[in-house]
Amino acid sequence: MMLEIKNLHVKLEEEDKVILKGVDLSVESGKVHAIMGPNGSGKSTLSYVLSGKDGYEVTEGSAALEGEDLLELEPEERAAAGLFLAFQYPVEIPGVGNMTFLRTALNGQRKARGEEELNAAQFLKLVRETAKSLKISDDMLKRPVNVGFSGGEKKRNEILQMAVLQPKMCIMDETDSGLDVDAMKLVADGVNALRDAGRGFLVITHYQRLLDHIKPDVVHIMADGRIVKTGGPELALEVEQNGYTDILAEVA
Amino acid sequence: MGLPEVKADGAEALLARHPAPTKGARWAEEMREKAVASLRAMGAPVGRDEYWKYTDPRPLTADTAEAAVLKVDEAPVFGEVDRLKLVFVDGIFDPAQSDDLALSGVEIEHLSDALATDIHWAKDVFGVLEARGQDPVPRPMAALNTAVASVGVAIRVTGKAAKPISLRYLHENPTSDAVIHHVIKVEEGAEVTLLENGPAAARFNKCMEVEVADRATFHHVRAQGRDHERLAATHMFTRLGTESVFKSFTLTVNGVLTRNEAVIEFTGDDAQAHIAGASAGDGAFHHDDTVFITHDAVNCESRQVFKKVLRNGAKGAFQGKILVKAGAQKTDGYQISQGLMLDDDSQFLAKPELEIYADDVACSHGSTVGAVDEDALFYLTSRGVPRVDAQGMLVLAFIDEAIQEIEDAALADEIRERLGAWLERHRAV
Ligand SMILES: Nc1ncnc2c1ncn2[C@@H]1O[C@H](COP(=O)(O)OP(=O)(O)OP(=O)(O)O)[C@@H](O)[C@H]1O
Ligand SMILES: [Mg+2]
Repeated sequence: MMLEIKNLHVKLEEEDKVILKGVDLSVESGKVHAIMGPNGSGKSTLSYVLSGKDGYEVTEGSAALEGEDLLELEPEERAAAGLFLAFQYPVEIPGVGNMTFLRTALNGQRKARGEEELNAAQFLKLVRETAKSLKISDDMLKRPVNVGFSGGEKKRNEILQMAVLQPKMCIMDETDSGLDVDAMKLVADGVNALRDAGRGFLVITHYQRLLDHIKPDVVHIMADGRIVKTGGPELALEVEQNGYTDILAEVA
Repeated sequence: MGLPEVKADGAEALLARHPAPTKGARWAEEMREKAVASLRAMGAPVGRDEYWKYTDPRPLTADTAEAAVLKVDEAPVFGEVDRLKLVFVDGIFDPAQSDDLALSGVEIEHLSDALATDIHWAKDVFGVLEARGQDPVPRPMAALNTAVASVGVAIRVTGKAAKPISLRYLHENPTSDAVIHHVIKVEEGAEVTLLENGPAAARFNKCMEVEVADRATFHHVRAQGRDHERLAATHMFTRLGTESVFKSFTLTVNGVLTRNEAVIEFTGDDAQAHIAGASAGDGAFHHDDTVFITHDAVNCESRQVFKKVLRNGAKGAFQGKILVKAGAQKTDGYQISQGLMLDDDSQFLAKPELEIYADDVACSHGSTVGAVDEDALFYLTSRGVPRVDAQGMLVLAFIDEAIQEIEDAALADEIRERLGAWLERHRAV
């Protein structure tokens, strides 16, 4: 199993607020899973906890990547193990160049895995090619990380990082929000190009639009900190048409 | 007269602890006498003084310098720069390690020679700018410097200096107590870059007076010593003519106590002064930037950018004032001072001040103190950047606004490297 989450309970570290109340979810290698669910149901929290953000406390349950306990690892170790999160709100980092950042990240991962680091020329070639397919300009590459990027540019930059880092398990948190129709197509093409038997995807979204391009194998509905329903692509269509009311009533 | 005894006695003690300077020409001796009188009138700095609220002056005023252990674990800065190098060891000029005092576009002399000459341009600078800078806030360590200094250089720039002038201050004697005074005049339309580096002494009192004439340019980049337990009180007094450009940057990593005062006065219109500092301190480190900028001309721009990174109980202080006199219209004054605390034990104290008597001006100041941005740190680490490297990247990013004030890209990069090396040696995780 690529990603295996069992009975995951998470509360905020600083207060007694429970956000995830027993999440069970597994993503097989080669598959694309989607998560939909009302605002505030815990989708982003799940993605943060999986990637190791501070401020959350796991009170019960487990999460493993290819059998390795994720929750024991530091964020950079999770990245080196092959986990990637495309942020719902990518962070602006003034003063840190996009290229420097990405190269340090890639080589940091390679070093951690005992692989050879890429030199400047190899890295530049790799980024240029990938950036071109995502229509990311040289100017954007040169700027500080996400600073002055439009909403859509930030999302494309997330996919650029994903394509360069080649993770095994890609979690994408509302990567479609803020994208225009053409950009959505570019992003979907980028994701589809990465699809292969050795890679899993967990795509968090509110809309069917993205799933038209990235055809999911499995769709989950999350509500109030749990996966309340799991089905095929038709589940996303149902949400698109009827919203969550019926589904939530059915599982209540 | 109500000068407290401790201040009056302190002034006498300061004067007594230094040997009499090499005798100069009459004008120079008069200037020194004035400085002595001025020091006696203002008294030695004491902790109760408002201007010394953040920095304890006692290590600077004590009779002897505390021994500073010599520990060099890095190559000196600017080593690769093509420059005219002048070396001072524990406050004494060292001809053996120095280049000849000759550079196209520049006249350089020893301070003692300039002060011994009856008719000399230095008469309009030596002690003159320092004395102007004593009002409204007294700067006793600078008055002391003028009163007792014999060592230093007198630099007159008449054209475009062929290469940077580099003043290198070595420290060999663990208890040396050095006083150095430089006078610099950049003549109309002339241009020079001055580099300074090194710890200088166990205790260093340095004063530099810089007159920048109309349309002249003065660049200054300084790196104040590497890993040393040294103390330093430095002053820079600058007067700026019409359309002149002044840019000064200081890097300070370690040294147990550093107080850098800068006094800048705009006397000609359309001039520009940028003063910036980056400091990084770990443990026993106290760093004080005290700046006073007077706008007394029209359409001048001043910028102060000070960044401090502190850990393990290190302390940073900033006192910065912009005074805009009546009639100094179209003044553009900017001031930012920021402290980045790498732990909860460190401290950054700031006192930004604006005093404005003109109505058509744009002045802003800001001061912040904070920790490394956790969201940014998470973003970087979640991509696989090791936490220490991520923190290093964010620290360098924080400081970079100050480094960007350095005009020369190669010098700026060298400063960045130095900070990177400091972070390597002082990894905080
Ligand atoms: N650090 C935090 N402090 C306080 N509340 C938090 C924090 N993190 C998450 N929450 C709360 O936890 C709940 C789940 O938030 P989360 O961001 O995971 O929802 P989501 O499903 O991603 O929503 P959306 O669809 O709007 O993105 C919300 O009620 C949110 O306010
Ligand atoms: Mg969310």
